[in-house]
Formats: sequence, structure tokens, C-alpha cells
Amino acid sequence: MITRLNVATIYVLDKEEALDFYVNKLGLEKANDVRQGDYRWLTIRVPGQPGTEVSLEQPGPPLHDAATAAQLRELVTKGALGGLVFITDDARELYERLRERGVTDFTQEPTEHFYGTDMGIRDPFGNPIRILQQGKRAQTATA
Amino acid sequence: MSRATEDLNRRLLRARDAMDRAYAEPLDVPAIAAVAHISPAHFSRSFRVVFGETPHRYLQRRRVERAMFLLRETDRSVTDICFDVAFTSPGTFSRTFRAIVGETPSAYREGHGPIVAPHCVQLAAMRPRVAVGKTT
Repeated sequence: MITRLNVATIYVLDKEEALDFYVNKLGLEKANDVRQGDYRWLTIRVPGQPGTEVSLEQPGPPLHDAATAAQLRELVTKGALGGLVFITDDARELYERLRERGVTDFTQEPTEHFYGTDMGIRDPFGNPIRILQQGKRAQTATA
Repeated sequence: MSRATEDLNRRLLRARDAMDRAYAEPLDVPAIAAVAHISPAHFSRSFRVVFGETPHRYLQRRRVERAMFLLRETDRSVTDICFDVAFTSPGTFSRTFRAIVGETPSAYREGHGPIVAPHCVQLAAMRPRVAVGKTT
């Protein structure tokens, strides 16, 4: 049987810029950073959670031909690809930290739901990210 | 695709996100275009090319989706919900809602209860698929 999600991949337009965002802004940590020739295998993970990593992959050779890479880049920047959902222990506190660190692309401010408080942001390229604090029960639904 | 196109896409996406975030405010196309740093006329044209519909229609369907959500999840009156989602008159709201959803806000409320799915999933997936009104 399968016991854990190990690696999931998202497409970014620039690995160095992605690393700056996911590590310095979002607060994740670099996991693998392996270079072979001009290829760089780069992953990030939640600090203290070594079991699951997110691979930051850049469309282009040798993974994709030029036309396919262009399509992927277009889809990323249109926000059309899937993203990531993270768990936090304090959504509102994290929201303030992210703003202090210069994050401006919020797709939703922290919002209460019956299952918790969550917010939405985009990475610099257009990938959607949700961050959820589970368990707090809101009194009434809001839009 | 050029870097300039990717940059334009990203700015249009930022403007679309602004509509999703601030639908309850009295947004209009010039205000949204300013988010993307594009002139209003060029903005509407570019937005339609990239996302397949005008910003007016995108915002209208977001507002109707939020109204559907509030009708399902809350006891607020139809009139209150009309203003919650930034329609300026109950008549326009009811006409637009009916044209898009196919039934009146009250009838929709009668027929639908809360959906047990995360809010972000509802936001992404429950926006009505058809729009009405001006196309530019």
C-alpha cells in the first residue's frame, strides 16, 4: 500500500526567484538542490516535515520542447494550473508576517469557515496557494 | 510565447484576482485595469483574449456566485445579499441572477442547501458558466 505523498511538482518560471519566494517569503526550507550539467533538481519542504517535498520545475529542455514549454509558461501565468495547499497553526498571524515580507498577491484575505480559517495567495508566476488553519469554528458564514 | 506576453498574463491575472477578492466593493473596469497597469480599453480587450470573457462578465459571475453562496449558507434577506455582493439595485440583481442561474434568488434558496466542500473549491468551481449583459 502507499504510505505517504513524497514529491509533488509545480511549474515555476525561474527556479532562483521561486526559491526566494517559497523560502524567504513563505517560510519553507530548501530540501534537495542537485545540479547535473545545466539541470538543477530543486525541491522545498515544510520545515520539520522531511517526508514530503515540492519539486520546483522549470518548463524547458530537456523536459519539454520549446513549444510545449511556451504552453506551460502561458498556463502558469494565466493561473490555470493546479497549486498547493498548506496547513498553518495561525492564519492571521501568518498573514501579517507575509505582508511584512512584502507579499502582495493575496487572492483572499484570511476568512473564517466552519472547518477553519484560510487565505489565498499567488506565487510570483501565477500558481495558486491556499493556507489553512484547521479547526476553528466560525459562528456564521461570511462571503 | 514571449516574456512580454507572460508578463501581461500575470498582470491580467492579478487584476482578475482583485475582482475575486474585492467583488463586494463598487469595482468598475477602470479601477480593475489600474491593478494591471493597463489602459481600460486595452485591458478589456486583453482580458478577453487571455481569459475568454470580458472583465465585466467575469466580475458579474463572481458576484452572482457569491450571492448563490450567501443564499445557500446564510439567512440574510435577498435585498441584503444584493448589496453584499455590490449590486446597486435589487431589480438589476434579480434580473441578472435569474438570467444567469435560471431561477430567482428566492427559488434558488428554496432548492439549495449548504455544500460540504472547502470554500476555495466552491469559489473556483461554483461560478456560473454562462454570463449575460454587455460583452465589452
